[in-house]
Amino acid sequence: MSAALEVRGLTTQFSTRKGAVTAVNDVSFLVQPGRILGLVGESGSGKSVTGFSIMGLIDEPGKITAGQVMVQGTDMRGMSLEEQRKMRGRAVSMVFQDPMMTLNPVLRVGDQMAMAVRVHDKVSKAAAWDRAREALEIVGIPAAVERLQAYPHQLSGGMRQRVAIATALLHRPAVIIADEPTTALDVSIQGQILAEVRRLADETGTAIVWVTHDLAVVSSLADDIAVMYAGRIVESGTAAEVIANPRHPYTRGLIDSVPGLHEPGQDLPQIPGSTPQLANLPSGCPFRPRCPRATDICATIPPNTGTEAHAVLCHHPLEAT
Amino acid sequence: MTDPILKIDGVSKRFTRKPGLIVSGLDKLTGRNSTQTVHAVNDVTLSVPRGEVLGIVGESGCGKSTLGRVVSGIYAPSEGTVTLEGKPVARDHRGNVDKLTTRVQMIHQDPFASLNPRMKVGEIIAEGPRVHGLIPAREVQERVRSLLEQVGLEGAYANRLPHQFSGGQRQRVAIARALAMQPELLVLDEAVASLDVSIQAQVLNLFMKLRRELNLTALFISHDLSVVRHVCDRVAIMYLGRVVETAPADELYAKPLHPYTEALFGSVPTLGTGRARFHPIKGEIPSPINPPKGCAFHPRCPLAGPRCKVEVPRLVTPSDNRSVACHLQDGGTGAQTGAAA
Repeated sequence: MSAALEVRGLTTQFSTRKGAVTAVNDVSFLVQPGRILGLVGESGSGKSVTGFSIMGLIDEPGKITAGQVMVQGTDMRGMSLEEQRKMRGRAVSMVFQDPMMTLNPVLRVGDQMAMAVRVHDKVSKAAAWDRAREALEIVGIPAAVERLQAYPHQLSGGMRQRVAIATALLHRPAVIIADEPTTALDVSIQGQILAEVRRLADETGTAIVWVTHDLAVVSSLADDIAVMYAGRIVESGTAAEVIANPRHPYTRGLIDSVPGLHEPGQDLPQIPGSTPQLANLPSGCPFRPRCPRATDICATIPPNTGTEAHAVLCHHPLEAT
Repeated sequence: MTDPILKIDGVSKRFTRKPGLIVSGLDKLTGRNSTQTVHAVNDVTLSVPRGEVLGIVGESGCGKSTLGRVVSGIYAPSEGTVTLEGKPVARDHRGNVDKLTTRVQMIHQDPFASLNPRMKVGEIIAEGPRVHGLIPAREVQERVRSLLEQVGLEGAYANRLPHQFSGGQRQRVAIARALAMQPELLVLDEAVASLDVSIQAQVLNLFMKLRRELNLTALFISHDLSVVRHVCDRVAIMYLGRVVETAPADELYAKPLHPYTEALFGSVPTLGTGRARFHPIKGEIPSPINPPKGCAFHPRCPLAGPRCKVEVPRLVTPSDNRSVACHLQDGGTGAQTGAAA
């Protein structure tokens, strides 16, 4: 059986006045059906652009310059725009960060969800509304029939994001790309959605790429983790392994800056400096200027010095334990 | 113990939506009443001693931000009083903010929205002290510079505009603006919620440093339980407008007493526990327009009994420094099994 999603050597560049900026740099990963990959990184790491690139949603001045995006074995990049459009929302769908931007403010929830149904399936309006209601119930929205009549502004932020997730689920896609979908939600609502998403992946075999900055969410939700920094995946492996035994200094720093693991009131270990400007990255390892372990050799791009199962792109990885 | 610097006494805040012309006309004919009232904050009593950081934790609609705004004097309470060093924080009958309320400063969640994009950072920081005459005009430049340095930015940044800063840097500017007023009390409303983890750590470290240096008193409003645990001395948990539990942070996290607090902890993903099975709280947060009768949490509470449906639990104090509003701590829920006091 082929992977639900396989990304190979994906590279996305944006042309700017200062020349091409590489937002996604030679990114490869694989998600099997029913598994959840946590794509972790901070602002500007390229994690969202990776998601957009998979969906084929990169517009001028951006361009996917290399790589393949295989959904259930077929390369999306080889397709015509029309074929891509047929895949989007059906085989692979996306949940965006800000539900206020993705929902049409002048359409009732039911109307816009039914529209999403009828783009791909020739069914009656009533049947489409019915599927919309079912999808809302799957994501735990009470009184779904009434919610279908509501306009987005009448819903809370959490409710709006549930509508967005329900919309992504309408066609039971093989892959869902979720871009920070619970970042703005309350903990109990986030907990409910994470539980629903986990159940969804387990029961329907949907593969999910969960793009987030929140390591705690990923460590409890995801099967696998890929950590991005300045456009590259710098470390990847199973979630349990990477969290318990991070080998890239950046991953280590990221895990250390989470408050929950430290004695209250103590200063948190922090990564010095700020995330780099993609327009003027240092040569070699992009983490070099902030890295406590950097040496001269880091001026060259590091190879994978880990294993295939637990990859780490670093000249001086932390000891495996 | 020192006297509390901030006293919130029986504060309620209601928002009323009056019906439009036609509906109110119909109301008159039929004798109905279509006026909708949201009980955003309901009979909250809290006090904060000088130097304490009190965490206010709850989900959307629990009233934590409204409470923060009442404390800041942005909203006048519908009932009850807020006093800062014994003097009420409120608007007078003309709606003027009392000079006192300048002693409470708020730091908001989104530094992209809270900083005027057309003002230089130096002007943003200097505006408050200038308007209120806190520092002489010739000292403004120097003060702005030292404030910027205090929050870890270069003094020369005073001439830059907000868009030239990253999110973390903007939040530092917002903190500098608040400190410029030399406030007695800071109200931080989700102040680190929009920041990256490594940047969040930097801003939290800054907050803890400033706290030590300036002996800050603060209300730290947040939904993030691990952040709250890290920076707060005491925590108040709110649900649907009411405080359901208060306790010192370490005791609360070690042993929550209210079923809602416990459920909240149960739904938080934590790092390093592996693929956890979630125990999310069932159901939605009820609408504050029609809050459930009795204990507002009873429809979602696994331990609810008959008494919870009719009687609002009062805050009881199982130990000196804790309080909890739950019938389980106060004579039982009236259920057969939970009858023991």
